[in-house]
Amino acid sequence: MEQCHVRAGVAISMRESKLNGLLFLLGVLLAWELATRAELVNPLVVPPLSRILVIFSDLLGSGQIPMQILVSMKRALVGYLLAALVFIPLGILMGLYDRLYRSLEVVVEMLRPIPPPVVIPVALLFFGLEDTMKIFVIFFSCAWPILLNALDGVRHIDRVLLHTAQTFGLARGKILWQVILPASSPQIITGLRVSLPIMLILVVISEMVGSTDGIGYFILDSQRRFKVAQMYAGMLALAILGYGLNLLFNWLCNLLLPWQAGMTRRTE
Amino acid sequence: MNGSRDFNRRGWLLFAVLLLLWEIGSRSSPKLQLYLPPVSQILITLGDLLRAGEIVKHLATTLARFVEGYIFSAALAVTLGVLLGYFRFAHSLVEIVIEFLRPMPSVAIIPVAVLMLGIGDAMIVAVTIYASTWPVLINTIDGVRRIERTLIDTGRTFGLSGRQTLWRVILPAASPTIVTGLRVSLSIALILVTTAEMVIGSRGLGFFILDQERSMNGAAMYAGIVLVALLGYALNRIFLMFESRAMRWSNAMSARESL
Amino acid sequence: MPILEVQGLSKSYRQMGGDTTLAIGNITCAVEAGEFVSFVGPSGCGKTTLLMSIAGLLAPSSGRILVKGREISGPPPNLVLVFQEFNKSLFAWRSVLGNVRFGLQARGNRSREAEARARSLIELVGLKGFEKAYPWELSGGMQQRVAIARALAYGPEVLLMDEPFGSLDALTRLELEDTLLRLWAELRTTILFITHDIEEAIYLSDRIWVLSRRPAEIVEELRIDFARPRDQVTTRAEARFMELRNDIYQRISGEGGR
Repeated sequence: MEQCHVRAGVAISMRESKLNGLLFLLGVLLAWELATRAELVNPLVVPPLSRILVIFSDLLGSGQIPMQILVSMKRALVGYLLAALVFIPLGILMGLYDRLYRSLEVVVEMLRPIPPPVVIPVALLFFGLEDTMKIFVIFFSCAWPILLNALDGVRHIDRVLLHTAQTFGLARGKILWQVILPASSPQIITGLRVSLPIMLILVVISEMVGSTDGIGYFILDSQRRFKVAQMYAGMLALAILGYGLNLLFNWLCNLLLPWQAGMTRRTE
Repeated sequence: MNGSRDFNRRGWLLFAVLLLLWEIGSRSSPKLQLYLPPVSQILITLGDLLRAGEIVKHLATTLARFVEGYIFSAALAVTLGVLLGYFRFAHSLVEIVIEFLRPMPSVAIIPVAVLMLGIGDAMIVAVTIYASTWPVLINTIDGVRRIERTLIDTGRTFGLSGRQTLWRVILPAASPTIVTGLRVSLSIALILVTTAEMVIGSRGLGFFILDQERSMNGAAMYAGIVLVALLGYALNRIFLMFESRAMRWSNAMSARESL
Repeated sequence: MPILEVQGLSKSYRQMGGDTTLAIGNITCAVEAGEFVSFVGPSGCGKTTLLMSIAGLLAPSSGRILVKGREISGPPPNLVLVFQEFNKSLFAWRSVLGNVRFGLQARGNRSREAEARARSLIELVGLKGFEKAYPWELSGGMQQRVAIARALAYGPEVLLMDEPFGSLDALTRLELEDTLLRLWAELRTTILFITHDIEEAIYLSDRIWVLSRRPAEIVEELRIDFARPRDQVTTRAEARFMELRNDIYQRISGEGGR
């Protein structure tokens, strides 16, 4: 963040930058409000911001939005955690044992290029409109980033680290727990972090295509009923959800692996 | 990237064994066949569909939408990204807006797009552009911001004009990061196109696959999926081909560093 | 009985192309308990390979290593290697104290006295107060001191050091040389040191073995008789110091250019 920056114009401090950003944001929001009220933009397609916010707080208060989000999150998290539970160990094993990696490599490379949403019809076939369908889709979609990052993390452990453990006479099993796992955890976390938006995207898609509830369905349904402001309110909720999940994830990371946070900050 | 390795016999063997198990398992259980037809049946169906021609039209539709969306978003994102990456003031303005919009899954934009553009090619291409722009934009901004000051100064000391600096210093220096973004955006574009096709029920492979599922034509559905996977694979390979030619210097550099 | 013996050690590698290169030619030497000995040689002569082989991390192609009279076949329990790339060797997820205790924990020693020992070593290397810090928060010199403390906390009888100060700046290097000598005098460990810095070797050691170019072989053995404790100013100012230095320098550069 320091000297390596290409800058045109005067140097701007962080605070000034944030201020500019906020002002700009406010300006955009204001323009939105005015443009829609003045009917420069068709208010049937883009309602005034104030209306959206009013509807949003209504839906929030009535519990509608929180409920839909809860429904979606339940499915999403189950799929996500299942994928983590299965594919982190698998990735680690594949990273440790080249034979295993080679055996599974072809299967992985065959399944990987399948765009995750395309799996939804298959899941529909097997599970209908149940929650299981969405859980399966999310499980499949989050698999690859989690697997490949865990695999990579283990493979790229510096040999010096392993030799260090060996020179202290550590037995193989202990090396796994005390050295390999901690050393590969940054990369494993990266896999989990990358999968988070994927999880969110897929739960929304699977709800749009095959569901009768959930935030994704809510947004689409609102559109179909031409409850436009409600639709935008749903999207706002989704954006906040995404943002919140990110914050939660980072907070958890810092809590469980405090040593990492400082490290990555330094190397940036 | 694994081309230089010797043929992975074990891997292919396992794959073949799994396919065999699939075939046998499917054939031996009529109930399972409804959900998971035998591999042979899927492949035969795929062949029939290709010959009949209908599926090829779907493929072409999907491909056309993909190309339009991807190329346009790439051009837009790189241009915008360079501007935002280079001009600190512009970036400071937009930074917060970007941080707000990023966490929202781009697929949520589909209902809005339907509202604005109805159902049809325009809408699908539009959402594709929206979604595919993000990775490239973020990466371009990042790539340009991280360019060493020294590099720019070197250009200036050789009297490069603004435009020359852009083409000869900034873009090349940021290109590895930009290319990474372009690779991510490739998968995203395909995902959005197929998703939009599923949601709004127009033509295209996404629609085809969902449609076959609704009609309980398992084999045809899987055939469609195989085709999409092949499409994705082919697009990836083409991208890698371009990338290895264009980015030879960068790949060599990282290869050297990892020694 | 010498605490460490190397007998007819040689090591060859198979290259990617298929041909083999000989990294170590034929090394035979013996180290007495409590000695401080160094290997000096030109870059790329196979010093690291030599040390890794002695540490039991690489299997020799021929010859054997004896620690206290017994042949080793893997990392021996009373011997530890300190690596050159300390930043890759320290455990990023452990604090300084966590790192220094690592060796003891590996042995299953989690007692209070183990912790006390770790703490005293942290103090000995001059890092008192940094017990809770993480490696990335420390400078290069401090990181290497943690690595040394970690190795010594383990209580090895033989300490192998692979150019431990090579990537540090000149002043830090001098500081750490003295720290190391102080520790050595106090703990009476045997130290086998590798460096390309001739003057460093002379300053630190009781004996020096000069290595040839690859494949490494011992071309000369020198005994260093300067009084201990050594001093950066007075020891290095002695006439004999320069003589030895020039002697070794000529020996090494006489090995011919590549």
